[in-house]
Amino acid sequence: MIIKQLSIFLEDKVGRLAELTEILAKNDINMSAFSVADALDYGILRVVVGRPELAAQILKEAGYSVKMTDVVCLAVPHQPGGLYKALHILSENNIAIDYMYAFASNVDSATVVLHSDDVKHLAQVLQDNQMELVKSNKIYQV
Amino acid sequence: MYWNENIECADRAEMQRVQSERLSNMLKRVYENVPFYREKLKEAGITPDDIKSVNDLHKLPFTIKQDLRDNYPFGLFAVPQNKVVRLHASSGTTGKPTVVGYTQNDLEMWSECFARCATMAGVSNHDIAQVAYGYGLFTGGLGAHYGFERVGASVIPISGGNTKKQLQLMEDFGSTVIACTPSYASFLAETVTAQGIKDKLKLKIGVFGAEPWTNEMRSYIENTLDIKAYNIYGLSEIIGPAVSMECECQDGSHIQEDHFIPEIINPETGEVLPYGEVGELVFTTVTKEAMPLIRYRTRDLTKLIVGKCKCGRTTVRMAPVMGRSDDMLIIRGVNVFPSQIESALMEVYEKSPNYQLIVNRNNNLDTLEVKVELTDEHWNSEVKEIEMLKKRISDNITSLIGLHASIKMVEPNSLPRSEGKAQRVIDNRNI
Repeated sequence: MIIKQLSIFLEDKVGRLAELTEILAKNDINMSAFSVADALDYGILRVVVGRPELAAQILKEAGYSVKMTDVVCLAVPHQPGGLYKALHILSENNIAIDYMYAFASNVDSATVVLHSDDVKHLAQVLQDNQMELVKSNKIYQV
Repeated sequence: MYWNENIECADRAEMQRVQSERLSNMLKRVYENVPFYREKLKEAGITPDDIKSVNDLHKLPFTIKQDLRDNYPFGLFAVPQNKVVRLHASSGTTGKPTVVGYTQNDLEMWSECFARCATMAGVSNHDIAQVAYGYGLFTGGLGAHYGFERVGASVIPISGGNTKKQLQLMEDFGSTVIACTPSYASFLAETVTAQGIKDKLKLKIGVFGAEPWTNEMRSYIENTLDIKAYNIYGLSEIIGPAVSMECECQDGSHIQEDHFIPEIINPETGEVLPYGEVGELVFTTVTKEAMPLIRYRTRDLTKLIVGKCKCGRTTVRMAPVMGRSDDMLIIRGVNVFPSQIESALMEVYEKSPNYQLIVNRNNNLDTLEVKVELTDEHWNSEVKEIEMLKKRISDNITSLIGLHASIKMVEPNSLPRSEGKAQRVIDNRNI
C-alpha cells in the first residue's frame, strides 16, 4: 500500500533538472509520476520511479541530496466528485495533507500521490472507507 | 608533564626578571644592527637604556606587517647573512610575501618551544606523529617536525593534502598524533566516518592550528575521531607554530612568554589594555637573533588570562582567537567574524557544515548572504522543513551578531572545499 517516493533537493540552476533526468534515463529508470515544488531559490523534485532504492543510490552517488519518503497512491475515477469523495473522508478523519500531485494512468482513472504526517494512518483510513489504493508493484511499472 | 618546568612554572617575579633582562639585551642588539629600528627609536626619542624592565614595554613603538614588506626581503635582519640558516615566507596574497630568518639558535629555541607545546598535549617519545601541515615556506610543517622530533616522537613528514595517503599511513603506521589545520582535521574526520575506518586508527591527540576554530568544531573532531584536540597558535613573523599552546585543561593557550612577551592593545588607539580585556595581540620577541620584532601587531583579537593554571603552569594564557582585526567584516556597522557565523551554524548542525559568506553592497546597503550545504538529516521531502532550517539558522545569526543574513541552502559538496586554510568569505564590496 505504501509507495516509496524520492525527493531530490535542486538548487536553482539552469539544466540541473535536465541533468537529473539524464542520469535516470542512462540507468534505465522510468519515472511514473513527478512534481516540482518551487521555493525562492531552490526546488524539490518529488518523483515515483521504478526501482526507487537503486535510483536513490545512483542519484546520491551523483551528489544529490536524496530522501526516500513513504506516500500513498490513490486511484481516483475520472468522474466529477471523484477526488472530493476521498478528500472528504480525510477531512472527516481530521487528516491534513502536506502535499499531493496527480497523474493520469489510464482512461478510466487518475492516480493521486498523497503525503501526510502519518502515512500509514492515511492509507488505513482510505482503505477502511473502500477507497482504491494503487499497489506498489503496479505503480512502479506505470 | 612539563618539558621545562623551571620556566613554565616560574613565579611572576622570576618570569619578569627573565623577560626584562632579555628585552634589554634584545633592544641593544636591534639598536646596533637594524637601521629601521634605530631610526624608529630615535624618532620616538628612546634609547635602549630608557627601557629598564618589561614595565617600560609600552613606551616602545609598534611594528606592523607593512614594515616587513617595506624592508623586503632582509632589511629587518639583525645578524649578517652568514648566521642565517633558514628562511621562511608567508604567502603574499596582498603584495610581497613577508620573509623571516632564523639563526641556528633561533631554530633551537623554536624546537624547545614546540617541545613544550607537544608535551602539554601529552606527546612523548612513545608517539607516532603525523605532520599534515604543509612543508615548505610555510612554517607549520617544519616547525611541528622539529618540535616532535625534539620530544622523541616518530615523525611522519607527510605534509598537507593527499587525504587517501594520509589515512592509509595513519592506519598502517598506527599514528597516535595528527597535526594539521582544524579545517583539514574536520575534513579528515568526515572522510574517516564516510569510510568507516575509525576503529582501525590509533589516533589519540590532535595538534591543530594556523586558523581560528570554534568549540563546536573541536567537539565534532574530538567525537568523530575519538581524540583530544589541542589548539596550537603561532605566526611566522614571531617564530611559527608554538608561540602558545593549550594544556590538558583547554582553558586558554599558554604563551611561551620567556621568548615572546604578549600585550593586548586597543586596535584603534594603540593603548595597552588590562588583562582580561579583548583587543589586539602584540608580541615582542626577546630571544630571537635573526629577526627580532618589537611590539609586533598580530591583528589577532583575543584576551590574556593570568594566574596559575590547573595544570600547574604559570605562563600567561591567551583565549582562542576571536578573529583577525584585518579579516573582520564590518557589515552595516556591525563587526562580524566568520567564526561567529560558524558558531550559529553549529547550533543547528551536528558538525561543522561547509559554508560561505558573501557580502554585497546594493544601493549603499550591505547584504550578508550565507550559503550552507544541505545535509540529509535536515529534511525529508517538504519545502517547509528546509524553510524552517533556514529560519533557525537566520534567527541564530541575528541573535548572535544582531544582523539579518539571508540564508541560501545549496546542494551537498557544491561549495569549494579546501585542504588547507578555509576560504569562507567573498566580499564583493570595494572598501
